[in-house]
Amino acid sequence: MSEWLTYNSLIVLQGVTLLGACSGVIGCFAVLRRRSLVGDALAHSSLPGVCLAFLLVGEKHFWAMLLGAFLAGLIGLGIMAALKRWTRIKEDASIAIILSTFFGAGVVLRSLIQQMPLSGRSGLDSFIFGQTAGMIEEDVHLITALSAGTLAIVALCYKEFKLVAFDPEFAQVQGWPARLLDFALMLLLLGAVVIGLPAVGILLMAAMLIIPAAAARFWTRRLAWMLLISAGIGMASGIVGTYLSATQGVATGPCIILVAAGLFLLSLGFAPKRGVIAQQLARRRDRFRLETPLGAGEEPAP
Amino acid sequence: MNLMHPTPATPDLGSKLAVKAPILDVHDVTVAYHRKPVLWDVDLTLTEPCLLGIIGPNGAGKSTLIKAMLGLVPLVSGSVRIFGQSVASERKRIGYVPQRESVDWDFPVSVLDVVLMGTYGSLGWFRRPGAGEKAWARQCLDMVGLRDLEGRQIGQLSGGQQQRTFLARAIAQQADLYFMDEPFAGVDAATEGAILALLVQLREQGKTVLVVHHDLRTVPVYFDQLALLNVRLIAAGATRSVFTEENLRKTYGGRLAVLDTLGQAVEAQVRTP
Ligand SMILES: Nc1ncnc2c1ncn2[C@@H]1O[C@H](COP(=O)(O)OP(=O)(O)OP(=O)(O)O)[C@@H](O)[C@H]1O
Ligand SMILES: [Mg+2]
Repeated sequence: MSEWLTYNSLIVLQGVTLLGACSGVIGCFAVLRRRSLVGDALAHSSLPGVCLAFLLVGEKHFWAMLLGAFLAGLIGLGIMAALKRWTRIKEDASIAIILSTFFGAGVVLRSLIQQMPLSGRSGLDSFIFGQTAGMIEEDVHLITALSAGTLAIVALCYKEFKLVAFDPEFAQVQGWPARLLDFALMLLLLGAVVIGLPAVGILLMAAMLIIPAAAARFWTRRLAWMLLISAGIGMASGIVGTYLSATQGVATGPCIILVAAGLFLLSLGFAPKRGVIAQQLARRRDRFRLETPLGAGEEPAP
Repeated sequence: MNLMHPTPATPDLGSKLAVKAPILDVHDVTVAYHRKPVLWDVDLTLTEPCLLGIIGPNGAGKSTLIKAMLGLVPLVSGSVRIFGQSVASERKRIGYVPQRESVDWDFPVSVLDVVLMGTYGSLGWFRRPGAGEKAWARQCLDMVGLRDLEGRQIGQLSGGQQQRTFLARAIAQQADLYFMDEPFAGVDAATEGAILALLVQLREQGKTVLVVHHDLRTVPVYFDQLALLNVRLIAAGATRSVFTEENLRKTYGGRLAVLDTLGQAVEAQVRTP
């Protein structure tokens, strides 16, 4: 383990920790607003953006690839909004259309790139499956800074986001710019997706948003706690997943997601009150408890 | 019970202003969804504080009228003014109780959290509710009899308790004009009495409450003003004068189930002094 713990890997760990927290927190809002599939569509629609950025400026400019992913996602969002507004296509259908069309275009671009005599094509593939091994310090710093910024915005606007996620019409009646706040949440979702792509990968990014949030719900019924627990699960998955990936030589994304899935199963089984085991125990206990007072208290009417 | 905020600031300012401009002035409002008009040319003016009932069959546009007045749906034509101003500039004086089905009751918030949302408007950007707001929210919960349940997740409440949670949130807004969409839907007789007492109390403080209502039998007992709506505004005015069999027939058409209760309803009106 000690040979693995180099300076560079410590930096990487710091990055995945923050991005895990970031996807955990933003994932909660996405799940609560029923937008987890939108997250998936955004992740997939980023591929052509990443490829184009790679073609334009090359692999060295990591930020350009993130920017490309962000812009492609933004275009995807715009088309989804247009489909909703101008046609009768249902939201789930439009999500599927965007997801597959953009991803298809991205795969075509990627094969074109692979036929070219360019160097560093592996950098492109790391966006698909998620790989932290090739990252350099500046890349990780960028991810860290963006994650911290996202978390800071949520901390600042917590009250506003909570209100808009729960009851947007009430928010509007109170005078909040509900549409703008909702759009901000959507942009943060896109941001979280883009930040997570290099480590988690396009294919698994949606899971990184959904699984920690879903697991957190087993532990609490309060939004603030849900955000914190989900962030914690995201961070733990990031750290352990990256460690496993580095030591076992497997792609990072799948490792992170498998750890997250493990934590989800733990939550499902062992969370107090809402976990499966606690619920079964409570059901048994209640059966005895309910029978006594009813039987002793009042006679059932004939 | 006291509906005043712990720090009362010129409490009668609202009623003084209200004397000058109409509390609510709905002028020629038409609303359409996908080009199908659901409200046609509705005019409604309220000059005195009152309890206004809005009745009409399912799909008559009652919720849409409330949303149109609140600026939640775009108007095809017409205008809405509140206290003589645009709705946008008077938001701090508006309270809202939406139809219960409008939110996800699985959302991870407690009863107290929801009531605290009523104070968000006066808190403004970024400021979190503090001890003062929490004390006020608890007072509001006391008024609807839910103080004991403040820590519950809202999905674990009964329908009537959920309704009262929304009511407490609206009271926490300390508005002068309230819009309530079916606050009596699915509550038992005791809760209905408690909610009505609260509405009467609001009116006695010089506030105006608009209530979408479905139970025709209680209309003449509950409301001093009444609007009958079915896409068009059939009639509006003092309940005593507009709650007639003819207006009800025009509003509800020839529906048998309604006409059954109709006789009882008008009878009830005769019996109330
Ligand atoms: N978002 C919407 N999109 C399209 N049509 C709508 C929408 N909301 C309401 N409508 C239609 O507008 C009409 C009026 O609806 P509204 O909800 O205002 O009726 P309501 O009087 O409140 O009915 P209820 O008593 O059932 O609550 C209905 O015919 C309904 O189908
Ligand atoms: Mg309605």
